[in-house]
Amino acid sequence: MKPLAAGHETIGNPVANIAIFAVFVLITLYVVIRASQRNATATEFFTADRAFSGPQNGIAIAGDYLSAASFLGIAGAIAVYGYDGFLYSIGFLVAWLVALLLVAELIRNTGKFTMADVLSFRLRQRPVRLVAAASTLTVSLFYLLAQMAGAGGLVALLLNVKGRLGESIVIAVVGVLMIVYVLVGGMKGTTWVQIIKAVLLILGAAAMTVMVLAKFGMNFSDILGSAQSAVSHATTKGVASRNVLAPGAQYGGSMTSKINLLSLALALVLGTAGLPHVLMRFYTVPTAKEARRSVVWAIGLIGAFYLFTLALGYGAAAMVGPDRILRAPGGQNSAAPLLAFQLGGVVLLGIISAVAFATILAVVAGLTITASTSFAHDIYASLIKDHKVTEREQVRVSRITAVVLGVFGIALGILANGQNVAFLVALAFAIAASANLPTILYSLYWRRFNTRGALWSMYGGLISTIVLIIFSPAVSGAKTAMIPSADFAWFPLSNPGIVSIPLAFILGIVGTLSSPDRGDPERNAEMEVRSLTGIGAEKAVVTH
Amino acid sequence: MSTTEYSHGDVSVPSGQQFVTIQASPEFAELRRKLRRFVFPMTALFLAWYATYVLLGAFAHDFMAIKVFGNINVGLLIGLGQFLTTFIITGLYVRFAHRELDPRAEAIRSKLDGQAS
Repeated sequence: MKPLAAGHETIGNPVANIAIFAVFVLITLYVVIRASQRNATATEFFTADRAFSGPQNGIAIAGDYLSAASFLGIAGAIAVYGYDGFLYSIGFLVAWLVALLLVAELIRNTGKFTMADVLSFRLRQRPVRLVAAASTLTVSLFYLLAQMAGAGGLVALLLNVKGRLGESIVIAVVGVLMIVYVLVGGMKGTTWVQIIKAVLLILGAAAMTVMVLAKFGMNFSDILGSAQSAVSHATTKGVASRNVLAPGAQYGGSMTSKINLLSLALALVLGTAGLPHVLMRFYTVPTAKEARRSVVWAIGLIGAFYLFTLALGYGAAAMVGPDRILRAPGGQNSAAPLLAFQLGGVVLLGIISAVAFATILAVVAGLTITASTSFAHDIYASLIKDHKVTEREQVRVSRITAVVLGVFGIALGILANGQNVAFLVALAFAIAASANLPTILYSLYWRRFNTRGALWSMYGGLISTIVLIIFSPAVSGAKTAMIPSADFAWFPLSNPGIVSIPLAFILGIVGTLSSPDRGDPERNAEMEVRSLTGIGAEKAVVTH
Repeated sequence: MSTTEYSHGDVSVPSGQQFVTIQASPEFAELRRKLRRFVFPMTALFLAWYATYVLLGAFAHDFMAIKVFGNINVGLLIGLGQFLTTFIITGLYVRFAHRELDPRAEAIRSKLDGQAS
């Protein structure tokens, strides 16, 4: 085994990494093919016959939610910035209470396939469906792009694939696998991929956490102490001066960066319950009660996982040290893989790398099925064909869309490879929180809410978020920006949520009250009664 | 369960007028009141608690850095407190929904089924 050294060497054994990953792909492909004997009707393809149990769906939600960004990104942020990385993970967890208390069960009772089903339920179908589909596609595409671009960087670190060509090939492989999972497996196959991946990821993180704790005699305080002393001995002055046990290392500087943190926190906590690929998972269970159980399982697993990342992040700082992490090819993203290598050598590193890949694969598959369902059901069937289309036709269109999206994702991923696209995930949350969540809540809880309110809120939220991000330091005018050479930034925050979220909530109120439209009382009654009681809700299909 | 399994979402849906009648019924008003009386204050509570935490994280670095025991400081304890409250609120809601919401929703559903047959 070659020793770990600074510089251009990759760590571990790329052949082992690829082999372990290939085993994962083969197993999941087998499961996907087995699980998807029948995928003809729309309910089968889009919702897996609503036949998953609450716990199964909860594990799949965790698989969908714990992206490579949360695994590698948060562990890395804690290793390098300490407490501020932890602060980030808490927003991702607390957000699930919004989904549990306000959204999950009522959405399950009201919708059929997509988010737009719920939002357009008692409003004017066409305009509301159009904007809901637009928002779904935008959020999914940004999220997808972040994952695909991240795959390239990960490869450099883990598989010893170097150079643009090699990385591009890996991005293409991820894309093709994703298309296959979605085409063959539909929602059922995709869900199984997420379940397998979530189990591997959480078990892997748990095992590493136990190993880290064992090294420090099960004393968490000692890990913190060693982490701080490792950081204080870092060669870079800026790093060495950080107090990693208290907040402030990343967002502590100017007032702007503090407000940026608040803005990010707001988008994280309100965004989750508006993410279309999360909402769509609630349709895979038979009843609202199972939807509730799914969220409970998801909260348990996601919470446990973020506690593990706390130990892993500080463990990486203590055992690997910030110098080696920052010099590694993936920068701070390499903290968890480096720690795995330190703890368990080539084998553990291979497993963790395979899990990281599986994570990207499962998340992009979930995003693709969400986006293609929304296109087939909301845009093609409802808007273009005015509902005069068979379910078989919807599935066909969705499959074509998945291929198109996959190819598009591969192309964009290759183009964006090496770009700083970390802000894209935060952007997806900000759009979900401003374009989707206000309208979801208003249409579930506010009887007076009407079409104009929905359109103002959704378009306002969507457009304001995108405009603010374009003119923010995330895109231009800063060293770390996407286009560092240009400077057209006039909005000081790289997280637009603190402006766009309140704006979208207010626009929903103003739009509603400025219109005399009170909707159809029967339709309003139907939505409220359905959402709270489950009367008339889409049932699970009897399996033969 | 009183619900019958139908295939492919082909469910029997009451008429619009029936929905209006159910919405106006005291049982439904009670279900809605119970739900809102729990979820709205609880949401306000956890959002306020989370906001407090984030504000302390952004502006009160020194306070968060106060050591409590060993290297464990106030910030870490409050952060772990967020995990704890999330788990507790989840548990409280599940118990509440099981005791107060599910039976009421079930009663409204079976009343409707009784009328239909």
